[in-house]
Amino acid sequence: MNATTLPLPVATAALGTADDRVRLFSRLGWTAIGIAVVLIAVVVPLMALVAPDGSALHLSSYALTLVGKILCYAICAVALDLVWGYCGILSLGHGLFFALGGYAIGMYLMRAIGHDGVYKSDLPDFMVFLDWKAYPWYWAFTDHFWYCALLVVLVPGVLAFVFGYFAFRSRIKGVYLSIITQALTYAAMLLFFRNDTGFGGNNGFTDFKRILGFDIYAQGTRVALFVLSGLTLVGVLILCRYLVTSKLGRVVTAIRDAESRVMFCGYDPKAFKLFVWTLSAVICGIAGALYVPQVGIINPSEMAPQNSIEMVIWVATGGRGTLFGPVIGAFVVNLAKSVFTMIAPEYWLFFLGAIFVGVTLFLPQGIVGLFRRRRGGGAA
Amino acid sequence: MAMPAGIAKPGAPAGPLMWRSAFSACSWREWLVVVVALALLLALVAPAFAVTADDLKPLASDDFADKATAVDTLMSAPDERVAAILAAMGSDQLFFTDETHFYIGDGTTYVDAITGAKAEPKADALKPVEINNRVRGKIDSAQSALALLSPDRGVRSKAIETLAGSPDPALAKLVDAAVAKETDPALKARLELVQAAFALKSDNPATRLAAIKALGRSENPQTRLLLLPFVQKNADGSFVEPDADTRAAAQTSLDAIDRSQKKGELLGALFSGVSLGSILLLVALGLAITYGLMGVINMAHGEFLMIGAYATYVVQGIFRSHFPGAENWYLVAAIPAAFLASAIIGAVLERTVIRFLYGRPLETLLATFGISLLLIQASRTIFGAQNVEVANPSWMSGGIEVLPNLILPWNRIYIIAFSAIVVALVWAILNLTRLGLFVRAVTQNRAMAGCVGVRTPRIDMLAFAIGAGIAGLGGVALSQISNVGPDMGQSYIIDSFMVVVLGGVGQLAGTIVGALGLGIVSKFLEPFSGAVLAKIIVLVFIILFIQRRPQGMFALKGRSAEA
Amino acid sequence: MKQTRRSFIQAAAGGALATALPSGQAFAQSKDPIKVGVLHSLSGTMAISETSLKDCALMTFDEINAKGGVMGRKLEPVVVDPASNWPLFAEKARQLLTQDKVDVVFGCWTSVSRKSVLPVFEELNGLLFYPVQYEGEEMSKNVFYTGAAPNQQAIPATEYLMSPEGGGAKRFYLLGTDYVYPRTTNKILRAFLKSKGVKETDIEEVYTPFGHSDYQTIVANIKKFSTGGKTCVISTINGDSNVPFYKELGNAGLKAKDVPVVAFSVGEEELRGIDTKPLVGHLAAWNYFMSLKNPQNAAFIKLWLDYVKAKGLQGGDKRVTNDPMEATYVGIHMWKQAVEKAKSTKVDDVRKAMYGQKFPAPDGFTIQMGDNHHLYKPVFIGEIRADGQFNVVWKTKGPIRAQPWSQYIDGNQGKPDHV
Repeated sequence: MNATTLPLPVATAALGTADDRVRLFSRLGWTAIGIAVVLIAVVVPLMALVAPDGSALHLSSYALTLVGKILCYAICAVALDLVWGYCGILSLGHGLFFALGGYAIGMYLMRAIGHDGVYKSDLPDFMVFLDWKAYPWYWAFTDHFWYCALLVVLVPGVLAFVFGYFAFRSRIKGVYLSIITQALTYAAMLLFFRNDTGFGGNNGFTDFKRILGFDIYAQGTRVALFVLSGLTLVGVLILCRYLVTSKLGRVVTAIRDAESRVMFCGYDPKAFKLFVWTLSAVICGIAGALYVPQVGIINPSEMAPQNSIEMVIWVATGGRGTLFGPVIGAFVVNLAKSVFTMIAPEYWLFFLGAIFVGVTLFLPQGIVGLFRRRRGGGAA
Repeated sequence: MAMPAGIAKPGAPAGPLMWRSAFSACSWREWLVVVVALALLLALVAPAFAVTADDLKPLASDDFADKATAVDTLMSAPDERVAAILAAMGSDQLFFTDETHFYIGDGTTYVDAITGAKAEPKADALKPVEINNRVRGKIDSAQSALALLSPDRGVRSKAIETLAGSPDPALAKLVDAAVAKETDPALKARLELVQAAFALKSDNPATRLAAIKALGRSENPQTRLLLLPFVQKNADGSFVEPDADTRAAAQTSLDAIDRSQKKGELLGALFSGVSLGSILLLVALGLAITYGLMGVINMAHGEFLMIGAYATYVVQGIFRSHFPGAENWYLVAAIPAAFLASAIIGAVLERTVIRFLYGRPLETLLATFGISLLLIQASRTIFGAQNVEVANPSWMSGGIEVLPNLILPWNRIYIIAFSAIVVALVWAILNLTRLGLFVRAVTQNRAMAGCVGVRTPRIDMLAFAIGAGIAGLGGVALSQISNVGPDMGQSYIIDSFMVVVLGGVGQLAGTIVGALGLGIVSKFLEPFSGAVLAKIIVLVFIILFIQRRPQGMFALKGRSAEA
Repeated sequence: MKQTRRSFIQAAAGGALATALPSGQAFAQSKDPIKVGVLHSLSGTMAISETSLKDCALMTFDEINAKGGVMGRKLEPVVVDPASNWPLFAEKARQLLTQDKVDVVFGCWTSVSRKSVLPVFEELNGLLFYPVQYEGEEMSKNVFYTGAAPNQQAIPATEYLMSPEGGGAKRFYLLGTDYVYPRTTNKILRAFLKSKGVKETDIEEVYTPFGHSDYQTIVANIKKFSTGGKTCVISTINGDSNVPFYKELGNAGLKAKDVPVVAFSVGEEELRGIDTKPLVGHLAAWNYFMSLKNPQNAAFIKLWLDYVKAKGLQGGDKRVTNDPMEATYVGIHMWKQAVEKAKSTKVDDVRKAMYGQKFPAPDGFTIQMGDNHHLYKPVFIGEIRADGQFNVVWKTKGPIRAQPWSQYIDGNQGKPDHV
């Protein structure tokens, strides 16, 4: 199904069926979610904390951080699918929102180091050796976790709202929007690379020690972050599914398929787009905030346009407009990357490049589409 | 850290195996000039003293100060052997076996440095006479002083330029002789400024004052260096120059020099803006065709630049191994080679991947991103991960001096001209040829064009190949100013998109104005904001501009705008 | 091509084997190979610099294995590609230490990659050998730094430029890419220059973004700046931007004898990608040059060129050695000696055995590992020759001790100079 070229009758038919029955998930879907929750919240903690080291059931810290990291990526992929798959806005700048969320929590983590840095100073190490004498104003209150948690939501949210407000008001669409989102994240990357900006320049934030008083490298903390990421992913999936099956979601889908006709029906697409766009950015910010304590570093290269394109590729690989698909896509692409950089360090880019080309050519609906076709039904 | 008190000497110098002939550094023409000059000089100055082994002895030492003194000794009685020795030293072609035996050679044939007779020293006993910047400066000045007597006005002019920048007191006598001999009034005036520079060191305050006043007419920015000490203070707060009048005169002269620099600075900024713009134009032009006309978001565009640059590298290699005589002209052959290499790879990609994705611009983005990864890794596998060396041909090295403080590099001038030619060609193809007509027709209405008999798939392939080929030409230009490596395309892709979007998709004129505009704006911002902020400001400006004019500066009008 | 395909298959098989092995096998028998990790980017922006370090490390393992290995055990390299992606560096480091159970890791180039893996090495008590010159301000018990600290590179070079021999520079144009190494180095240099009585107005500090390729404005500014007194440029420009910078410099008529540029990140490998004729006379400060004449260096260069030939690496006999490669080579040999001294590959034992470990290095000196985890190193200043090699114009009398905690940075006074 190629959404942009979908003939109108199909779209209106979809609108029509919306009122018939609003079902979040099929029974199978709910069962899958239930299993996922049990896996994330019960099985993994047991395997990581209770099962003895060396036993077959033990989950190593490597596997835990790797999967935890991919869970965060998967949240981003779902958020991106919400705007791209359902609203037709292809963002090449979602890495920016992800990184901003990460930086917001990173500020707290830097403050939480306290005097344990190499210079035993009030200021983070990078500020000491770059001659900062005091925290700049935008670091105010960042020693409070809840304030930073608020920033995680607010900074990407406000930025997305302002950017979206002007972009959608000017009715910038399609490829133009993609390119200026790319310009936005690129400009932000350059800004954060500057050491004078006050975010640690190229090195960014590293060497975290603790979060809310817990040792950040303790297995227990890791498991907690992992569970939190997993549950957030499940929550985001349910929320997005709820949105796209609601009346609002139907309008959004209609905007994707034929924006001018939605306008003629009396809706103002701007508000709908802005809502979905901002929500997506906020979700990305939350994903970034969960990501940073797990990988232990946040720096401007997360804002590189390349990273944002990779996010799009997770969505495309999994299947856009399916919500579940992007989760699968994020796992497949990232696990492939982890395995290939290990077994074929000099050739893995060939595999990765071939996957991207192959998916777009042969799996226009991604991996999920492949299964749907197998089942004979198809999406429509 | 405790620094060692004395400056330790370097170890044994590198052997002949380690160096490559640098004969080109000193052309035969220059040699000739020097010899003729010396013949004249011999007639003019003191009786000739042959160079003795004793004069050269310090050159075998490890101490660079000794070598500098040796140059002064040689220049006290210059003859043609001195000129030959200095030239060889300056181009790493002077060798010695022991303190008394010196040879000049290019690695295969040698002559005795003192007599000029053919010699056959043992190759493994040869050690090069190494020089450092200080000695190199001495040699440069000395060679310039000798060149003052050249019959060629251009050579004399260049020599005066060098001497004016760094007047070496040891050469004062030679300059005086040259002033007496000089017939060209303009050159004579400039030579007198060099004399004035020597006079600054005079003990007589009146001579100093006159020299300072004279130097105010100089347009050479290096003259500032000579005058500055006269207005500076010592550590204890007293002035270096005790005489207040002399100080005031020096200040006046300095101000005059500063004023004469302003014009050069402004012109320089404008030139760099145009130059940056022409490069942006070359890298974006191919994208303007593939993206603007065909709607393909080609993330592999940067890699076509890379292919063009590597094609240049390969052609250079072929010329070096097969046509060493014509090495300077490899670039001319590289232009069609780069175009074809990129165009063919572009055509293949269009046939195998992109044609399945027309009308789905966002998916071409993903596929071409994958292609770009493949191409980068392929070039890494073929050429290695490191950058490769692409040399500027001699006619593209150096620059032309427009004003005393403004040298416009040849490579940038050629690139500006090259981009103008490429733009003209693209315009001609699109507007004057049948192919161009078809391309425009397919762009405006694919279905209708097909209906009237245009073979749209063929046109697509050709248009994409042309776009890729032009990117290849951009790669040739980039190889002359930047590095050539597997990742080089990545740094230009965003800039290219900005140019195309700013100018207006599908508009050649828009791309030109967009590229030049961005170039000039960046270069005028940079002195105030620094390079990093200038780039950010430009990007933010583009984002804001698109809000005002979502279709770019030159928007398509009419039906096609709705597509 | 044949070799590369075979090595690919070997790598694939090795990787599959590594993942298949149950972790209980870790209690290796005495003749089992010792696993060593190589953590250098083979793709992405840093591949330009790091690939040759990977090759150099593999070459050194081959050399050691050919001579019987370490305590009779062969070295088995595990190569991974962190792809110039900093979080991926941390992931790969964890993988090497916990999944592959390597005993030591040789890797990293940029400071940010080192900062990214540092917590992993400290948490898992791993051992990292870091072979690149850096800004200092770090001393981890889990890292041995075999590259230079600022006092082993930047300060001697600046002192040389101020000496009459180096041209007696009075004004200093500090030009760098905007990241931590140039910032810290320039901060140290500024404090150092001030202590030498250089005025604020005679120091200009300019930064460019990553991958900056248009140096027209900056070169014009250097030209203008140089009319205010004898000027030198101290460049901490990052690898890739050097080509456009030097090309611009050459074409704009700024000669080394008038305005010398001394660079801390430009070595033989970088010059291989540049037409060096216009650069003759510009300087670089390192702890090793390929052009050094001594038996160890001759052997090292021969080893490298033979390896390049045997493996069919690109570039062939045009390949060069450089300072970080030498540091990698020295690091691996010192680790081998330490393992043999400790008779164990356990990190804590090896660490103790490393202190005071000596090795006759290709820089011509027998250099020693200090108890501050940094090598004693000689400093050389070289002028670029037309063939892309360096003429050594100045050197220290012998190796000097590293000062990772610079005395020119506030807050370092009184810090212990050992781990």
